[in-house]
Amino acid sequence: MTPDPALLSDLRAALGADAVLVSAEACAPFECDALTAHRRRPDVVVLPRTVEEVRSVLRACRHHGTPIVARGAGTGLSGGALPVAGGVLLVLARLNQILEVDPRRRLARVQPGVTNLEISGAAAPHGLYYAPDPSSQVACTIGGNVAENSGGVHCLKHGLTVHNLLEIRVVTIDGELLVLGSETGEAPGLPLLALLTGSEGMLGVVVEATVRLKPLPERVELLLAAFGDVRRCADAVGRVIASGIVPAGLEMMDAPAMRAAEAFARCGYPVDAEALLLCELDGLHHDVERDLQAVEVLLRECGATALRIAVDAAERQRMWSGRKSAFPAVGRLAPDYFCMDGTIPRRNLADVLQRIGELSQAAGLPVANVFHAGDGNLHPLILFDAGEPGAVERAEHLGAGILELCVAVGGTVTGEHGVGVEKLGPMCTQFGAGELEAFHAVKRAFDPDGLLNPGKAVPTLARCADYGAMRVHGGKLPFSHLPRF
Amino acid sequence: MDRDGTDGLLAHVHEAARRGAALRIVGGDTKRFYGRAIDGVPLATRGHTGILRHDPAELLLTARAGTPLAEVETQLAAHGQRLPFEPPHFGTGATLGGTVAAGLAGPARAWAGPLRDYVLGARILTGDGRVLRFGGEVMKNVAGYDVARLMAGSLGVLGVLLDVSLKVLPHAAAERTLALEFDEAQALEHLARLAQGALPLSASSWIGGRLYLRFEGSTETLDAVTARVGGEPLPDCGAFWASLREQTHPFFAGEAPLWRCIVPGLVAPLSLCGAPLVEWNGMQRWYRGVADAAAFEVAAAVGGHATLFRHHTDATEVFTPLAPPLLRLHRGLKRVFDPAGILNTGRMYAGL
Repeated sequence: MTPDPALLSDLRAALGADAVLVSAEACAPFECDALTAHRRRPDVVVLPRTVEEVRSVLRACRHHGTPIVARGAGTGLSGGALPVAGGVLLVLARLNQILEVDPRRRLARVQPGVTNLEISGAAAPHGLYYAPDPSSQVACTIGGNVAENSGGVHCLKHGLTVHNLLEIRVVTIDGELLVLGSETGEAPGLPLLALLTGSEGMLGVVVEATVRLKPLPERVELLLAAFGDVRRCADAVGRVIASGIVPAGLEMMDAPAMRAAEAFARCGYPVDAEALLLCELDGLHHDVERDLQAVEVLLRECGATALRIAVDAAERQRMWSGRKSAFPAVGRLAPDYFCMDGTIPRRNLADVLQRIGELSQAAGLPVANVFHAGDGNLHPLILFDAGEPGAVERAEHLGAGILELCVAVGGTVTGEHGVGVEKLGPMCTQFGAGELEAFHAVKRAFDPDGLLNPGKAVPTLARCADYGAMRVHGGKLPFSHLPRF
Repeated sequence: MDRDGTDGLLAHVHEAARRGAALRIVGGDTKRFYGRAIDGVPLATRGHTGILRHDPAELLLTARAGTPLAEVETQLAAHGQRLPFEPPHFGTGATLGGTVAAGLAGPARAWAGPLRDYVLGARILTGDGRVLRFGGEVMKNVAGYDVARLMAGSLGVLGVLLDVSLKVLPHAAAERTLALEFDEAQALEHLARLAQGALPLSASSWIGGRLYLRFEGSTETLDAVTARVGGEPLPDCGAFWASLREQTHPFFAGEAPLWRCIVPGLVAPLSLCGAPLVEWNGMQRWYRGVADAAAFEVAAAVGGHATLFRHHTDATEVFTPLAPPLLRLHRGLKRVFDPAGILNTGRMYAGL
């Protein structure tokens, strides 16, 4: 589609011609985010350098009625930054300054294009760090983290992005600058900071974030436990938490995921076990000592067949390396894979894994599971070969079945990756028409013409009707025998 | 007690919406003083009560909005758990719904974070009689806008809370309070120094020339902290912190206006009349009897905000006014959830 010449002229006037890309070659690198199955080359890419330029871009888009999609580093897993037809892609990479790191106030004020890990890097000389650690933290930017409410492996104790934000500055589709929250984390009025966090670029564009910094823990310990069956491992997780210990990280892998990780990373995992648990404890010396002893006893009581405590930071890193490379490791087992992101109440874990196994068998596609066990966030990886006729459809069908299962047991279709374009269908399973209409109305309150990232995050009711027709069999939703709450 | 009062509440709201009659949502009626004074037919939520789920291993509690806060806390305590934000009751009969709608936190706020950090899900009744469910009962959930968290501190202006799901946490292994003699400026500087270390400082307050510091952790940790921080252990510290949380401390006695200033913790003593009560590592400072509007300006000048918390019989605004674009968005959201403007309208700002 040829961009509107009047819009282009406004954008060039505001940003300078070099910050407005229109050629196919220049725009091609922005055709997708990390959900590469969906691609669309943007017609126009803009690269503003200042907040004022971002405001001008949004005003121009509003004036010309042009859709606009914000993009950080493009590491998102759900297509949230996928360009839309006839729209502008707003790349925030040039707003990459750390504006302030203040150890006394324990905060950092940064522009949206600063990467997650850069914040911790800048805080480290002061003995501080930024807690949320999504697996893409080397590359992903804080603007994208806010838009997706990114998680990581330490969420149960240290929180998601929303728990570590103090203030954000957001530009509306009208080009107005909003200050939400404050340095204290408290502000008058409704908690719009929380509403905007995780809103996937549908309500406004984040141009600055003030984040809380935490002191680096005095002591960190990592335990690795092997179990002869998944149910014992899942029970152990519940027992640890019910005992009053909140681990910094609690990660579980099933046998296929663990074996793939071991083959990939050679990290010394017990490949003959059926489930593996990594439990990280952090905090003050004496508290960690007490928890470490308690966890060790509990895990043995729960039937751990092997137990290892990392002797030093190097071994700890090695033990983590398998878990952290689980996706690429599993990726070697088949030409393609889909990564699911459901969250379930942990008490249902063993049943859900068993049911996923049955669905996997019925679909004829293998599934490996890695699991943020502490907070119930499950990442089943569906393996398939896109070259095989019908395999993509079968994999998508299996994925939808898994997400419906997560909803049926009281969970959600996405714990940390976002809805984007990927999970619009499964959203219809989780929410009724009333909630979806309310979401659309919230969007209209911010963006009456629907120009910000249109078509993402919240499905239309018409789409849900189609999805229902596709997924409902014999007038019944799948798993209608399961209680819904 | 366990009773689902959804149908009754729904009928009341439908009827009020039909007649365009203003409603005032009432739980335990313990926080009636908070926010702008409004008229309206009381809509009682106390008949919608009961804990629906408490699974200690999931760190989750779901209860109906009319459930007494005391019942929730008793249930949690029986399993060694707590609401980490230490919410004030402000009287007997405080409900969970009122607690979430007020969005207030007690002494642990600076350590544990605000109430909204613990909201996982909510079922709400909108002003036009829709029952909607947002969020859920899991720790991580990014499906749809986070409308559940938007309810925290919303003062009932967007909807009647029906059920709320909260993340809960284990109790501290042990607690100890240490008291040190300081004037206000010294106390603020001392707090700033303490904040540099990784000390488990779960509450702090300065009142009447003394700085009180509450720490939590294992006994060994507390002994190490005591050796490092010094000061004098405070006996019966539970009662002391409860008197701040519940505002039964003598500082809060009398009918003089009570102002709450929220400012960055390191800000020097504010130029307001009278000695404050300082909490939250300097972030929350209470004042008595300040002239109207002076506190709004003084707090805003240092990057904070102020609230006329109690005893504001003549005041028209009790919360720091919002910037115009923010106020427009608030009105837009009010129209989404309460198009007829019948739910607690005016409690937060005029017309809102």
